[in-house]
Amino acid sequence: MSEPEEKQEFNITVYTENQIGLLSRIAIIFTRRKINIDSLNTSPSEIDSIHRFNIVINESEDVVRKLTRQIEKQVEVLKVYYHTNEDVIWQELALYKVSTDVIAEKVSVERLLRENGARAVVIRKDYTVFETTGHREETDNLINILQPYGLIEFVRSARVAIIKDSDGFNRKLREFERLEPGEDVIENEYLNQGQKVFTM
Amino acid sequence: MEVAQETLTAPAATETVQVSGSVALLEALIAEGTDTIFGYPGGAIMPIYDALFDYNDKLNHILVRHEQGGIHAGQGYARTSGKVGVVFATSGPGATNLVTGLADAQIDSTPLVCITGQVFAHLLGTDAFQETDVINITTPVTKWNYQVTDATEIPEVIAKAFYIARSGRPGPVLIDITKNAQIQLFDFAGYKPCDHIRSYRPKPIVRTQYIDEAAALINNAKKPFILFGQGVILGSAEQEFKAFVEKSGIPAAWTILGAGAIPTDHPQNVGMLGMHGNYGPNVLTNDCDVLIAIGMRFDDRVTGRLDKYAKQAKVVHLDIDPAEIDKNVKSTVPVWGDCKETLPLLTAAIAKKEYPEWLAKFNDYTKQEVEAVIHNELNPTTPEMTMGEVIKQLNEITKGEAVIVTDVGQHQMVACRYAQFNNTRSNVTSGGLGTMGFALPAAIGAKFGAPNRTVVAIIGDGGFQMTCQELGTIMQSGVDVKIVILNNRFLGMVRQWQELFNQRRYSFVDIQSPDFVALAAAYRIPGKLIDDRADLTTALNEMLSTPGSFLLEVMVTKENNVFPMVPQGCSVSEIRLK
Repeated sequence: MSEPEEKQEFNITVYTENQIGLLSRIAIIFTRRKINIDSLNTSPSEIDSIHRFNIVINESEDVVRKLTRQIEKQVEVLKVYYHTNEDVIWQELALYKVSTDVIAEKVSVERLLRENGARAVVIRKDYTVFETTGHREETDNLINILQPYGLIEFVRSARVAIIKDSDGFNRKLREFERLEPGEDVIENEYLNQGQKVFTM
Repeated sequence: MEVAQETLTAPAATETVQVSGSVALLEALIAEGTDTIFGYPGGAIMPIYDALFDYNDKLNHILVRHEQGGIHAGQGYARTSGKVGVVFATSGPGATNLVTGLADAQIDSTPLVCITGQVFAHLLGTDAFQETDVINITTPVTKWNYQVTDATEIPEVIAKAFYIARSGRPGPVLIDITKNAQIQLFDFAGYKPCDHIRSYRPKPIVRTQYIDEAAALINNAKKPFILFGQGVILGSAEQEFKAFVEKSGIPAAWTILGAGAIPTDHPQNVGMLGMHGNYGPNVLTNDCDVLIAIGMRFDDRVTGRLDKYAKQAKVVHLDIDPAEIDKNVKSTVPVWGDCKETLPLLTAAIAKKEYPEWLAKFNDYTKQEVEAVIHNELNPTTPEMTMGEVIKQLNEITKGEAVIVTDVGQHQMVACRYAQFNNTRSNVTSGGLGTMGFALPAAIGAKFGAPNRTVVAIIGDGGFQMTCQELGTIMQSGVDVKIVILNNRFLGMVRQWQELFNQRRYSFVDIQSPDFVALAAAYRIPGKLIDDRADLTTALNEMLSTPGSFLLEVMVTKENNVFPMVPQGCSVSEIRLK
């Protein structure tokens, strides 16, 4: 038996119709295989009526490839891509709520913002909310800095990712809208391309 | 409500007719070619049933005794007719009773459109009477599902439902319609069938490059081997498949759902694959050099241990569902597409060949299997009858022309092993899910799907008791189904495993049965019990010649095992003859 492939983070990008219940249909594909979703973001895409899911999981490529095919099999799913972290540009947004008094007294706020690429979103008498975006370690870093000053609340968004090697979905969509799909819509290019799978 | 029914399906372009959602639904079903509906009414689907009252002349509704029976009947109908089975159920318990059948249809790729009633839209999510979250419950077991809360959606949604159910790799679709949408009147502008959904690719486009690569592998093969499954039947590609098999000269073996895609006695048909399949096909899977899998999905009951499955072979996999390629067995050349399109291309690209020595190897194994297993099973010397000899006798009388509907268990494996299938769409069984209780209702549906054929249900004493209330459906509908209960007074397959693997610890497999003949009589169905071999042929003839349904109970050997067998966790070449 061949050695199992090593697990790593994969970014799965799913283009779908805007349909009630589809989130559940997609989530079931992961839960059925007992695969934990590390991060899930869904939002409208740049194309009217088409939504884009960003899903992050830690799995082997073989598992991810099978998952993407199962997702793509869903009637309302137009296209699924998967990429490693090296193949995408990705960000997470974090918000930090701290006491305005404490932070004003004890911290050089200006320096804190500059060094951490953060900005103040709301400043009130009782609290201030900072925002930063970046990779996990960057947003984690600001938690560590603010924690000693009584960090009241913290929240971080799911990951959003842009695929480096992609020219968007507009062109693909036109093919999908034709009654007869275009030649390059089908999904098996990877077989001749080794690991370069599902590139656009 | 008065409706001008004749004008509904094809009104003039500008003409609209005010109809209820229920009437629109029934018109849509008729436009899709539906003639038979299996169902059970209830509060939340009453408006649809009320409308159905006026459609008696166009839609034949079969009142089942349980929704599970309804959906299995729909499956049987779909499997023999090749059409989409249609099932009605009410909300809540009615809908949840469909779940087993949906899961069965999903794994066996059976096209179904199930319509469930739902509580009024304003009550959704309030735990209203008989409300369940049918969409979420059925999501994992449907190809597609959708909840209608507004009548105007009905024509388009039903058109999509039929298109999705029957196209590509077929499957079950469920449409949940709230009661207000069933009642609501709207301007119905006629029914337009669906033939394209933006986000849905029913089948991948055929790539000639892969056809060429597959043909090159096949042409250079010394010991090629074909495995075929239900995809051939679902794609209506039986003729194309036969042409491929005959030109290629390659031995071909079938999965249980592929049975009948070519006749059982075809000289290149070398038998059944898998756990209780034939000796040769299993052993030689690990000896062939090119494995050509057509419309089959390498189920674990077919492959046994995957890491010891056909490792020496190059694999050509023809399948319509991209997700099946490389799912279980890594393919060397994937031929993505509908096999009705890919097989003729492949046939044209291959050389005409014969493999007499290779085919003879299969025949050698068949001889060993006949000596070790088949001869004794079909010609027993024991006083008690075997399941195999009953199937053999039935075969001889029906000349391999009957539709055989089986339940799940030992009798299923025996029937699939020994029944003769001269025609396609003749073997109706629960393959992937293994649903006990499937056969009796599925046989009812099978007869409605193939009214001119003899339908024989072969059922074990255990499975029969799971859905035997459907005798009531037979009584009321007058459908002609021949029922053979092979009674070994055990849950035989579990008992076999307990004998072989659990040191004969027969834990709760000793099942008592009622007087089946008396039970049938209570439903006004004639029947007979036999336990003497001398009566077998006469009894089978009596069953087949009696007009209408008939129940024949045959007492068979208690502790008989189905062999050969690939034990769980073993390789196909480790198949046991005893």
